[in-house]
Amino acid sequence: MELTNFTIRQTHEGLKNKDFSSVELTKAYLANIKKFDKDLNAFLSVAQESALKEAEKADERIKLGNFTELTGIPCAIKDAILVEGQKCTAASKILENYVAPYDATVIKKLKEQGSIILGKTNLDEFAMGSSTENSAFGVTKNPHDKTRVSGGSSGGSAAAVAAEMAAFSLGSDTGSSVRLPASFCGVAGIYPTYGSVSRFGLISFGSSLEQIGPMAKNIGDMELVLKAISGKDEMDATSVDYSYKKTDADFKGLKIGVPKEYFGKGIDPEVEKIIRGAINKAEGAGAKIVEISLPSTEFALACYYIIAPSEVSANLARFDGIKYGLSVDGKDLLDVYIKTRGQGFGPEVKRRIILGTYSLSSGYYDAYYKKAQEVRKLVRQDFEKAFKEVDLLFCPVSPTPAFKIGEKTADPLSMYLADVYTIPINLAGVPAISMPAGKAGNLPVGLQIIGNHFQENKILAVAQEMEKML
Amino acid sequence: MINEEEVKHIAKLARLELTGKEVKKMQKNLSEILDYFDLLKKVPRSALRTETPAKGMGAIRKDESVHSPIANKIIEASPDKKDGYIKVKTIL
Repeated sequence: MELTNFTIRQTHEGLKNKDFSSVELTKAYLANIKKFDKDLNAFLSVAQESALKEAEKADERIKLGNFTELTGIPCAIKDAILVEGQKCTAASKILENYVAPYDATVIKKLKEQGSIILGKTNLDEFAMGSSTENSAFGVTKNPHDKTRVSGGSSGGSAAAVAAEMAAFSLGSDTGSSVRLPASFCGVAGIYPTYGSVSRFGLISFGSSLEQIGPMAKNIGDMELVLKAISGKDEMDATSVDYSYKKTDADFKGLKIGVPKEYFGKGIDPEVEKIIRGAINKAEGAGAKIVEISLPSTEFALACYYIIAPSEVSANLARFDGIKYGLSVDGKDLLDVYIKTRGQGFGPEVKRRIILGTYSLSSGYYDAYYKKAQEVRKLVRQDFEKAFKEVDLLFCPVSPTPAFKIGEKTADPLSMYLADVYTIPINLAGVPAISMPAGKAGNLPVGLQIIGNHFQENKILAVAQEMEKML
Repeated sequence: MINEEEVKHIAKLARLELTGKEVKKMQKNLSEILDYFDLLKKVPRSALRTETPAKGMGAIRKDESVHSPIANKIIEASPDKKDGYIKVKTIL
């Protein structure tokens, strides 16, 4: 068995028992990157030198007995999360040469644990997209089928774990961006409750929606990382005092809701079969299955694609050629802004800035932004009602498995529809995971498990049992 | 529907330079997306009237200046700077 096959827990045992060192382990992962990434393009940059230095330090810590389960474990970080001294491009030309001046809070926490940062992973430009095809630096291919996308926006982070180029990774999820690539690449990924993980040092896209979330080979590993990165941070006013507390799953007495709107038209029959199969297994284990309705689901996508671009238009105003990255000279200050942004941003980012500016502009505000905020409340109420009846919801992550590269790029709306089952969760701010549930042909299909606010522990306990059954 | 003139106007508000080709494509894409947004007109008015207060997750703090060890590093990351300040073109 290769070192890179191990889960975090197995690796930790190996490190603890001195079966191998963190330097050896880090070298094994770096070798996999070298071997596979020319083809896959999961990494935008690889920090070989600093990774090996960190590994040496981790080995020292292990020798001294001062270590945690994440000490010496190599990981990959989405290139929208700042790692001091390393480039952070957000897969955009506008930040092509931007070097992060400080560590994001999640990075600070991982470094304190002694995790090894192998490099920065590819994404859709500024995390806007569902396939990584919007990256200014090329698509990340799906390790299960290189003619298909890895999903997005955190496609690089998902592919890195799937192809054993990292033991775990961090992504960020604003509408689907951890769960969709996790589903497409066959790894575990979580969108934690809004507020549970600090967003300080994450390049902002949709501030009321997004959270950083780990991706890993299995649920147990993901749980370890979530525990390490969550909690209150004074640098993020939306973060809350939260500490993850492990719990046990008891299927007897567990009520699982199946939202009927998530099995509507457009769902691939193979995907439906796999998800229904998983639900049957949960029932077999003693859970009570209840069909429920989330009636505002049909409005959620339109609502999201007003709110998220509106936040984009405000958040991306900071990229003006003055404070960061690319600066294109112009005849006056305004001209510098306009030219820098015109040349620095790619098509999807421009589309969302325009869409958001339009939705917020005088004369359209009431019809779009205000309406969307009202609808958001309805979506949230749907979940509130559902969780009065049931403990968790089981549904697909996406209507289809990974699609072909280029299949949806000409039609932005068809790309947005890949997120139809994931975005209501962000609008409500409730936690949800994607876990591998089976394969349609050679393509992984993810089961989405949604819980009530701050009930990640309940989701993960059930998911760990499901993992044994699937 | 949105016409090309409106796209240009919005681009100006957004401080975004668009080429003629980009304006045309944006007009087409945006019109399709805005048509899709018409779906929101179907939301029952009665449902929208059930006011529930938005859950406040944010926090307020005192508006006090604190020393930040990263302030200088942030200035260093800007494309044009002088004596610890970010430099911009004169605006008057």
